[in-house]
Amino acid sequence: MSEKVKFGRSPVFFETFNRRPGPIKKNMHYCPGCGHGILHKLIAEAVDHYGIQKNTKFISPVGCAVFAYYYFNFGNISVPHGRAPAVATGVARANPEDYVISYQGDGDLAAIGFNEFLQAANRGENITVFFVNNSNYGMTGGQMAPTTLPGQKTTTSPYGRNPLTEGYPTPVCEIVNALTAPVYIERVALTTPARIAAAKRAVYKGIQNLKERKGFSLIEVVSPCPVNLKMSAEQVNEFIEKQMMNYFPLGVVRDKTAETESRPLPAPVIRESADVEKILFTEKRKDSVAADFRNTSSMFDKELRVKIGGFGGQGILSLGVMLANMGMHRNFNVSWMPSYGPEQRGGSACCSVIVSRKMIPSPILESGIDLMIATTQTALEKYLPGLKEDGILIYDSSAVKLPELPAAMRTYGVDAIDIAATQLGSAKCANSVLMGVLAAVLAANGLNEADQADFDRAFAEAVEEKFGKKPGAVEMNVKAYEAGKKAFQN
Amino acid sequence: MAVKKFRIRITADECKGCGRCLTVCPKKLISRGRELNIQGYYAAVVENPEGCIGCGSCFYQCPEPGAITIFEEE
Repeated sequence: MSEKVKFGRSPVFFETFNRRPGPIKKNMHYCPGCGHGILHKLIAEAVDHYGIQKNTKFISPVGCAVFAYYYFNFGNISVPHGRAPAVATGVARANPEDYVISYQGDGDLAAIGFNEFLQAANRGENITVFFVNNSNYGMTGGQMAPTTLPGQKTTTSPYGRNPLTEGYPTPVCEIVNALTAPVYIERVALTTPARIAAAKRAVYKGIQNLKERKGFSLIEVVSPCPVNLKMSAEQVNEFIEKQMMNYFPLGVVRDKTAETESRPLPAPVIRESADVEKILFTEKRKDSVAADFRNTSSMFDKELRVKIGGFGGQGILSLGVMLANMGMHRNFNVSWMPSYGPEQRGGSACCSVIVSRKMIPSPILESGIDLMIATTQTALEKYLPGLKEDGILIYDSSAVKLPELPAAMRTYGVDAIDIAATQLGSAKCANSVLMGVLAAVLAANGLNEADQADFDRAFAEAVEEKFGKKPGAVEMNVKAYEAGKKAFQN
Repeated sequence: MAVKKFRIRITADECKGCGRCLTVCPKKLISRGRELNIQGYYAAVVENPEGCIGCGSCFYQCPEPGAITIFEEE
């Protein structure tokens, strides 16, 4: 006698949730009794039923479901607050053969992203939107949402929502029903087994509409949030049945699926064209680089990964931009990624620059750094672990005290800020001094003469680009560059 | 036609003790346990797993993907 599973874990979920941090790998992160888990199970089951797992793309919102990518084994994009339908539009249009699910909560859809949502609905995008309505902002601890009921107490409406000042619950399905384009609109609830069975039928319908390319479907799910509402499982079901349903009546609001024809797959927006190929995907062979920059140095055979760190105001980010522009103008792939404390002027600043002949998969630079420039002790200590053992380190000798370093590491200390302030009259051009040092360091480490000249020229171009309208600044930076070179030789 | 037989299994360590399944079982098979699981919840327990009629109500009430499994005898 054998057994088969009648109801069990859906294969659309990951077997273990390895993306989820912490020791719990089989459970979702939601609070006990949360409706998200129930809806996730229904969606997983429907996607499995219609066999579209491979081409399904899930747009997760900001809200409790932000970590949906821990659980669903299909494509996922986590998007900014309220922007799920906007991103879903892009994904659905760029990949017409994909099935795009947009999933949002009430704060996300009915408050912050109401415009994006309504516009997507009005355009009749070929997506299915799941709207989880639990009458409060769950993720942040139960604040008042557009769907909070009159008189309902939340952390931001401690005397109950007052309709005279805060208005009435937003009837999303009814508002969308005023539009022409949407194909299917239904409101369901996750309370009794019968209601959940109805919700399951609605979810199946929404996924079927996706598969058949019918257009915009909206399924509003009135969902329990027992923890934020401070209720038990029975109480929260009663709250939904007796109170929420007065404002959010259940049922099919619109069903035009039968008379709507499936949309044909549109022709690709970008047609295959030799010209487009040529422009976008130039072969990055060594000899296909611009004729005036056929670099033969071994240094440019591979990626050059540079980390620059210091204080805001030292020109750290501009130094990185200069370096990236130099590479870009010479037909390399480059990436430049800044990181700074915008809330504090003069706080720490850092940027990562990658110059490569290959595609750059990620601009994030935490390890395998070839070259590092540090002008503060904090920056040095923070990024030093990522520097290769035989990497190059350029540092400001007056500001940085070196710890013990691997023997193969090449270090060059230069008092750039002091040189800029005393010899050139402005500490602002310390970054150009460092650029000069960098040129000299590269020359000392195997950059051939033609390339050295090219580096000089690229620097001049970069300065011209940045300060072209201020001749004085151009001159000062070029001088600083030369001073940096000289400082290295000394 | 032979009567189909079902069996319910609750994986205690995956249960968060929300109590939703307790309220819906038509046979009242599920009750709240008295021992804390690894997550620190009083997990639901089944005293008579073979009494299950395979309606699936508890499975769809449960927000966790794999805490409740219902088997059907073949």
